Amino acid sequence: MSASGHPVAGRDGLAVLDAEEIRRALTRIAHEILERTHGGDEVVLLGIPTRGVPLARRLAARISDFEGLGVPCGSLDVTMHRDDLRFRPARALGRTDLPRSGVDGKTVVLVDDVLYSGRTVRAALDALTDLGRPRAVQLAVLIDRGHRELPIRADYVGKNLPTSQREVVHVLLAEVDAQDAVMISDEGGRS
Amino acid sequence: MKRHLISAADLSRGDALLILDTAEELASLADRPIKKLPTLRGRTVVNLFFEDSTRTRISFEAAAKRLSADVINFSAKGSSVGKGESLKDTALTLEAMGSDAVVIRHSASGAAHRLAGWVRGSVVNAGDGTHEHPTQALLDAFTIRRRLKGTGARGTGLDGIRVTIVGDVLHSRVARSNVLLLSTLGAEVTLTAPPTLLPLAVDTWPCAVSYDLDTELPKSDVVMMLRVQTERMTAAYFPSVREYSRRYGLDAARMGRLPDHAIVMHPGPMNRGVEIAAEVADSPRSMIVEQVANGVTTRMAVLYLLLGGTEFPAVAS
Repeated sequence: MSASGHPVAGRDGLAVLDAEEIRRALTRIAHEILERTHGGDEVVLLGIPTRGVPLARRLAARISDFEGLGVPCGSLDVTMHRDDLRFRPARALGRTDLPRSGVDGKTVVLVDDVLYSGRTVRAALDALTDLGRPRAVQLAVLIDRGHRELPIRADYVGKNLPTSQREVVHVLLAEVDAQDAVMISDEGGRS
Repeated sequence: MKRHLISAADLSRGDALLILDTAEELASLADRPIKKLPTLRGRTVVNLFFEDSTRTRISFEAAAKRLSADVINFSAKGSSVGKGESLKDTALTLEAMGSDAVVIRHSASGAAHRLAGWVRGSVVNAGDGTHEHPTQALLDAFTIRRRLKGTGARGTGLDGIRVTIVGDVLHSRVARSNVLLLSTLGAEVTLTAPPTLLPLAVDTWPCAVSYDLDTELPKSDVVMMLRVQTERMTAAYFPSVREYSRRYGLDAARMGRLPDHAIVMHPGPMNRGVEIAAEVADSPRSMIVEQVANGVTTRMAVLYLLLGGTEFPAVAS
């Protein structure tokens, strides 16, 4: 990153975060969630497939380590609520798996890997509305890469990463990709 | 996936698994407070039913509505078909009203295939004569997988599962679609029927044939009873209903010969006391009610996968 905060040209294939930095970022987010929700009471973590789900599980495990508190954790698939369904072939659905306690009256923390246009989060808010009425909804992301197209912001951010729209950010997680890393590549398209 | 669903043979193993896995995901919708998804908002599904049907039409209607599509129901009774309008003219009328998908049931085999050449949207075959009924086969495969392999069986087929289909195969579109789809998914299918109720070319089907139900039952994981379709019969295929029932009907004593885990299926409507005894139909092994519930879920999966994505390029097929 240059001093002006603008993305540097030619960082194709660069690792932006390594496993250790991802671990530290998640540890910090877990502490922030506990702080902001006054001890994690009535919190439900919902990961957005694919990579939001293992991230949510890791946050839940950390919160349990710090406070001995079992935070319910689940997954929320947003495919059926997306606004771009008509522009791509129909795709397979991810899993929606709510904790048995449900979401009514809870503080739901949505967890995703990358926050970009904000459209996935909008779809998640819609999907959540059909599942119940949380007391509050918050958003945790590992990477905020900017370029929002909707009035949406994250409550907890692992790393702010200024990017150009031509770049693609890949979050790799051991549960899915066999290693932990955040990579940036110059593929000239939207991820 | 192809643009239309006319025959179970149109589905590759990958397509079939995608439909079953999507249905598995949609099944959780039934437990939610709001049983509706916005996915097909603004799309129109026409139910074009030239033949009587309760469960299939209602099932498709429920499936389309749960995906927020607009549904237009058309039944031949009380329509211009009574005035002699042809299938093509009816189809073009519906087309002009802007339908994205047509679900058709017709007494003529091949009607869905003909229709697919006339309309721009997707065509889903909901039963054409004695030819095929692919969504019934999909919901049966879904029911079998869920029951015998559990709800966590995403991505797996029916490999090694033995299915015995019993009865009026000759007039059954359900049997044909099931043989094609279940064998695609890896199941071993055996047709059991009197020789008069088997089609001539059955030796070309991907299945085994047997005339003796009692020897097949102990080897079966699934037994699927077919309705004796007296309304389609133009000759005497068996001496009497009573004799048919004694040799090919499933009563409690026969059900006792099945392995403990085996399930009993019937596509409905049932002739109780003919192909299936009331005590079997109402037993805990009977999947008949579950099949109806799974029908809505499976048809939602089909409609979503046909209509949920990019519109298919306009081609005359």
